[in-house]
Amino acid sequence: MKYFLQRLAFYLFTAWAAITLNFFIPRMIPGDPVQALITKYQGQLSSQAIDSLYVLFGLDKDAGLWSEYVSYWKQLFSGDLGLSFTFFPTPVSEIISNSLPWTLLLVGITTIISFFLGTGLGILAGWRRGSWTDGLLPVTTFLSSVPYFWLGIIAIYLLTGPDSFFPSSGGFDNGLVPAFDQYFIPSAIQHSLLPALTILISSVSGWILSMRNMMVTVSSEDYITVAHAKGLTDRRVAMSYAARNALLPNVSGFALSLGFIVGGTLLVEIVFSYPGVGFQLFQALGASDYPLMQGIFLIITISVLVANLLADIAYLLLDPRTRKEG
Amino acid sequence: MTIPTSSIEQVIPGQGSMAQPQRAKRRSFRFVANKKAATGLIILGVYLVLAVIGPWITPYDPGARGNDLVQPPSADHWMGTTHLGQDVFSQLLAGTRSVIFVGFFAGIVATVLSVVIGVTAGYVGGKTDEALSALSNVFLVIPALPLIIIITSTLENAEDSLIALVIGLTSWSWNARVLRAQTLSLRRRDFVEAARASGERTWRVIGFELLPNLTAVIASGFVGTVIFAVLSEITLAFIGVTSATTWNWGTILFWAQGQQALAQSAWWWFVPAGLAIAILGTALSLINFGIDEFVSPRLRSAGKTKIKTASGRTVRMRIGFTPVLDNRAQHSHATPTPVVRQEVVQ
Amino acid sequence: MSQPVIEIRNLNVGYGLGDQGVRAVRDVNLTLHRGEVLGLAGESGSGKSTLAYGMTRLLAPPGVITGGEVIYHPEQGDPYDVLSLSDSQLRKFRWNETAIVFQGAMNSLNPVHKIATQLTDVLKAHEPKMSETQRNARAREMLKLVGIAPDRMDAYPHQLSGGMRQRVMIGMALILQPQVVIMDEPTTALDVVMQRQILGQLIELRERLGFSVIFITHDLSLLVEFSNRIAIMYGGRIVEEAPASAIYRDALHPYSKGLLGSFPALKGPRRELTGIPGSPPDLKGMPSGCSFHPRCPKAFDPCGSEIPMLENRPDNRSVACWLVNS
Repeated sequence: MKYFLQRLAFYLFTAWAAITLNFFIPRMIPGDPVQALITKYQGQLSSQAIDSLYVLFGLDKDAGLWSEYVSYWKQLFSGDLGLSFTFFPTPVSEIISNSLPWTLLLVGITTIISFFLGTGLGILAGWRRGSWTDGLLPVTTFLSSVPYFWLGIIAIYLLTGPDSFFPSSGGFDNGLVPAFDQYFIPSAIQHSLLPALTILISSVSGWILSMRNMMVTVSSEDYITVAHAKGLTDRRVAMSYAARNALLPNVSGFALSLGFIVGGTLLVEIVFSYPGVGFQLFQALGASDYPLMQGIFLIITISVLVANLLADIAYLLLDPRTRKEG
Repeated sequence: MTIPTSSIEQVIPGQGSMAQPQRAKRRSFRFVANKKAATGLIILGVYLVLAVIGPWITPYDPGARGNDLVQPPSADHWMGTTHLGQDVFSQLLAGTRSVIFVGFFAGIVATVLSVVIGVTAGYVGGKTDEALSALSNVFLVIPALPLIIIITSTLENAEDSLIALVIGLTSWSWNARVLRAQTLSLRRRDFVEAARASGERTWRVIGFELLPNLTAVIASGFVGTVIFAVLSEITLAFIGVTSATTWNWGTILFWAQGQQALAQSAWWWFVPAGLAIAILGTALSLINFGIDEFVSPRLRSAGKTKIKTASGRTVRMRIGFTPVLDNRAQHSHATPTPVVRQEVVQ
Repeated sequence: MSQPVIEIRNLNVGYGLGDQGVRAVRDVNLTLHRGEVLGLAGESGSGKSTLAYGMTRLLAPPGVITGGEVIYHPEQGDPYDVLSLSDSQLRKFRWNETAIVFQGAMNSLNPVHKIATQLTDVLKAHEPKMSETQRNARAREMLKLVGIAPDRMDAYPHQLSGGMRQRVMIGMALILQPQVVIMDEPTTALDVVMQRQILGQLIELRERLGFSVIFITHDLSLLVEFSNRIAIMYGGRIVEEAPASAIYRDALHPYSKGLLGSFPALKGPRRELTGIPGSPPDLKGMPSGCSFHPRCPKAFDPCGSEIPMLENRPDNRSVACWLVNS
């Protein structure tokens, strides 16, 4: 429990650091694109919306930094992330809440599948060294060096076309309205297959390699020899003794590398024009839509922190040594 | 399979299983003998040469427009042309310098930061360690690429060096973490304890006792950061955050994507740049595998799981079931199998 | 003396093959009799552990058994060669007939499983007909036997002290009532008081349960006290084999004498500690002739060129030395 609380405190601290960073970055923006926008929409903006933009971008030259910082926090807690420029005057929070489920489902599910698949193959490759699984290693090395988005481009080039089963872009068929019905859901799944496959292929290799190396390292531990000496079945030694221990560093590695993985997967959304936050970020970049960029960065960071916390809980359950004695 | 002389002594029970730090210097040259590392270094060498001479040997000006629009590879244009008739091969050559420059510059920035922060945290300990560890953990869990995108998007038309700086400043945390752990374990070793006890100044202990033994870890961290920095730079160019007129491989992909290269089936436009990235990444990974195997010999013998006996049969090396060679059979002919129950009995 | 349990015949064990291979155990002949404690002594690198792991085929890669036989005499039925067993036969043989207590109590237990799980998985593998209640009862019984409160069943290895962990290992070794227990430096990680306590307990259990022990250690004084017969190894060969008391009173091989002089005796008159000059030979460059001759104070003509054979002497001991053998 103590371990858990420590981790929780750490993530709260990190969230605070990320939000503070997010507060300062816009203040480095040269020129004043926000001022320009405000001027442009002078008549349509409510004074409240203008106030909120002032706080977000530090345009209020009269207010001190500290009071700006305080009002920034107040605004965050009320869920106000400002108004998007591109989809003016839609609030950023609304755009994010529309696109976040797409990303969570695509990236979340794919990342988890990738972790389990890669770990499983890594167990095989590490336990049966010299078997066919060794042939995977050069391929995986190459695949893990390919940028995710490039693999997406290649996938689109090779697998999509007028007659192909795979659609080349979007999250669902044009003409459908997002709803949980028998038309929309199959269409959404069909559209997610290729992006998911792309993420899977480029991220699975990392897990194969790290799990294989952990298996090799763990295989020479004393307790593995003991397990063999006890006459246990090969399967039991491999799973319950070797893999069970090799999994621990892989799970903590999973937590730590989430930040890197998520960055790469967001780009896959861009290539496939998938309606998630990565694609929104891309559109925001093109339009210099700073409030939307800020909001997306914040939401990505918080999602990664939550995922990290979940991975920590998994680790807590897997390793008895982190549990409190009792 | 590549360093036979040392692999034996690493596995015999009762003898040291980890590389002796004192011998680090004598063994360092053997690193190049590792096949993976050698392959990686050769490929990297080619890239480095191209980074220097690339912009000078381009057959065309990479930005110059031509009359052959979106043409497939030909004798004139080895990798075809773009929508403006620009030569893709020239763009690729010219772009190498920027990619390598950003990769190495960011790698150096991140490595210096990680050494300073990681080694200090591990060596000094106490409150300093706690603060520095918290700092690197924060940077570790904040998603680096989105952060880099956000920062660079606020910088208008940033130069390569500025982009490299941003990447370097945000990607040091993993290495700092690894270095801190290594420093902690080294600090407890006898030779460091001895240097400390004999009143060596801190910077001397760190510079002459610790750093030489951290070389492999630092090198591996550097290579890892270069991979990350190259991918990040290309990503930034691809999504159009950085200037679209200085050439790097991401810029090529940016134009290819923006000008519907896919819809025109112009594979020559986006395949070469991607392959160039993938091969560079593979080369760097190979170097890192070499370093890994050099540092932890357990991973090294991976290729040697099958051995041939004198009689030509292959035997598989397995943990838990030591192979028994078949020439033993001839031996048991000499002492027939029906077991006689007497020995040197009392 | 009584019937043999294990006969090792011309066993040869090496690391690697071909030009890079080294021979770690050379032409070893050794017999373990029913109910006896056979001590195996030598410096590190003498091949004593390699012999123990080799005869059970537990030696990690690149270990290879290059020749010889290990004949096992079961309580009922015909003797057979352990090295010719198939994998599944070998699995059945292991722990049922010979159990091993490993070097270093720290790493022999799997850190992620409870003591109970590690005790009962042996039963699961070897006695599939046992019910879970029976298995747990048996595990509890074994813990009681080695002096651990049965409520520690649910403890994880990291919650136990080093001495307790080694007791658990001994209990685990005896759980199937094997004929032979091989102990490889079982107490080196423990303090002297704990060492003697555990060994004393083991000897007492041996008298009650009637198994045989191969006891491997570099500490000859422990062997003199706890074993019936002692075999001394040097450079992969057995150089002297004799009843424990005979070795202690009057060791014939200069190396045995040197070893005896390196440890303070726990019983009997005080002697001067002398030690052996020089260091154990490198397996890659074994000296010609008797491998001990470069360090031997009494080396003479034939020692450098001809290998002395282990010769049986009329007083029930054997020695391989040109001083003694004519």
